[in-house]
Amino acid sequence: MGKASFVVRRTLQLVVTLWAVGTVLFGLFRLMPGDPTSYVISSGMTQEARNKLIESYGLNDPLYVQYFRFLENLVVLNFGQSFHSNQPVTDIIATYMPNTLVLMLTAFVIAYILGITLGVFSGWYRGSRFERSTVITALTARSVPTFYVGLIVLWIFGAELGVIPMSGMTSLGTGGQSTGFFDMVFTVDFLKHLMAPAAVLAFYYMGYPLLIMRTSMLEVLSEDFIDVCRAKGLTERTIMFKHAARNALLPIITAAAIALGYAVGGSVLIETVFAWPGIGREMVRAVLRRDFPVAQGTFIVLASTIIFLNFIADLAYGYLDPRVTYD
Amino acid sequence: MAQEEQSTGSIYTDLDDSGSDEEINKWERTARLWRETLKEHWAKLTDELSVKLSMLTVAAFMVIAVFAPFIATHRPLERQYQGDAGIIQAKWAEPSLLGGDTEYLLGTTAEGFDIFSQLVYGTRAALLVGLIAAIFTAGIGTLVGLVAGYYGGKVDDALMRIVDFLYGMPLLPTVIVLVAVLGPDLWNIILALIILQWRSTARVIRSQSLSLRERPFVKAAEVAGAGDWHIISRHLAPNVLPMTFLYGSFGIAWAILAEAGISFIGLGDPNTVSWGTMLQASRAYSALSFGAWWWFVPPGICIGLLVISGFLIGRGYEEITNPKIQ
Repeated sequence: MGKASFVVRRTLQLVVTLWAVGTVLFGLFRLMPGDPTSYVISSGMTQEARNKLIESYGLNDPLYVQYFRFLENLVVLNFGQSFHSNQPVTDIIATYMPNTLVLMLTAFVIAYILGITLGVFSGWYRGSRFERSTVITALTARSVPTFYVGLIVLWIFGAELGVIPMSGMTSLGTGGQSTGFFDMVFTVDFLKHLMAPAAVLAFYYMGYPLLIMRTSMLEVLSEDFIDVCRAKGLTERTIMFKHAARNALLPIITAAAIALGYAVGGSVLIETVFAWPGIGREMVRAVLRRDFPVAQGTFIVLASTIIFLNFIADLAYGYLDPRVTYD
Repeated sequence: MAQEEQSTGSIYTDLDDSGSDEEINKWERTARLWRETLKEHWAKLTDELSVKLSMLTVAAFMVIAVFAPFIATHRPLERQYQGDAGIIQAKWAEPSLLGGDTEYLLGTTAEGFDIFSQLVYGTRAALLVGLIAAIFTAGIGTLVGLVAGYYGGKVDDALMRIVDFLYGMPLLPTVIVLVAVLGPDLWNIILALIILQWRSTARVIRSQSLSLRERPFVKAAEVAGAGDWHIISRHLAPNVLPMTFLYGSFGIAWAILAEAGISFIGLGDPNTVSWGTMLQASRAYSALSFGAWWWFVPPGICIGLLVISGFLIGRGYEEITNPKIQ
């Protein structure tokens, strides 16, 4: 099978997976206990008005009609309106998604630069005390829950020392996101808020590239071309960075794409701890208040981020490594 | 003859002596095979100090979990009232270990619960979630992986599409939605974790059994007329066992982390004490701002200790499964 048909097949798979996620989600939310209309319907309402409202949400139609309407809306990216605030869900997503992305990407860039560098050294100085300490650090970073590290950081630096803000993304009175997203991002106040959650996340995500890079370096270093480099008389430093590390980088790239997807999906906890107004926190709040359209919409965004980045990783792998064959 | 051979290459011997000792029951031989394999792994695993320490840690937590009622000084969800005559109020007390003049070793929460006892009982929840979720995810994943890898073709395709679909689901949000549908209960959290987490084991075991099934000893068994189930259970399964254990021990760690996260968000079981619910309560009562660190520091340390033990045992196992990284 050639490359083109691989891409076609993989794209089809992408569509099918998205459809499956949407369908399962549709089913799950219909099974959820609790009356979603109780938030908009006040007890003083007449039965007639109440029925009218339920009707307007389309909750009285047969399930299959609701399902097809759901799929139809999914294709045109219409997730309906929030039961809670009556805002279109697309607007809510557009408000919260950039916040999540800023936080995640900042943390990711720091984590991967540090993790890859440490991983290169760790693989190179195999068996040294440095190697052991990096591996232990990486494992510890992945073992202690991020939200717990977040709590401790908030306690020490926020509550006790008072150097970081306790919650949110901007201070009160600065106008926050309403002044425009980019106007907000480039303020000192925003950076102060960003610092702590990004550092906590970076510490957590660092472990993964570090361990992968180390293993990958070990594998590359056992290959013949490294000996050739030595025989040519290249300096150790040149061999380490120009030859070994460059070749060892390959598995990192796909791993990073996949990990980024899961990071966006896993934003739930860190955003909750730091009260960061991101999409993960919004999803949790929507689930807790039975705001189905918002919960559904945000979940689909989180899931499709993962699915899409997995797809990119698969394609990139074949593109970057000419040894890959499609069969 | 069988005895001597098995100490060296336990997996391959059953072909040599098949037919020679008819009198030994089929099941006995299968059991012996598994016993030998496990013994081998155990010996390699306990070779390393970090693994030994991790196993001790897990064992210690297990002892605490089993004997929780004897170790805990109070009931975990029983309010400890302090106050002057007539006015009953639940409030937090400083730990007696730090010189607070109370009977509470690690102090009490703002709700008036004894923190030490909550910590002890929380061990039960963590181990329950960790062990049960890990056993089922590793078990289901291995079974699916073996079947998919061995049969190949349509069976493989169908099973792997399910796995692909599960990989498209973000872990925590999915568990949150499932728990919201099923109800906040420890068993539902375990169930939700199992539903999602067998995906990684299945994928790895499948690729292992894909390559194993092309190996001569499997071909030989096929030629000798062994049935599918016989090949899967006696030729493939023992060989993928290290991977199963590897993913099992990682599974314990992930499950404990996930439960803590879910409880922290507020979807934990309100009737059980877990380290996650302790952290959630401490946040809800702003223990951070009040500097009541004895409330929120200990549960996290317990989570970290248990999880890192799981990871280290897993890594010890990884060195058995992948000699390249030793």
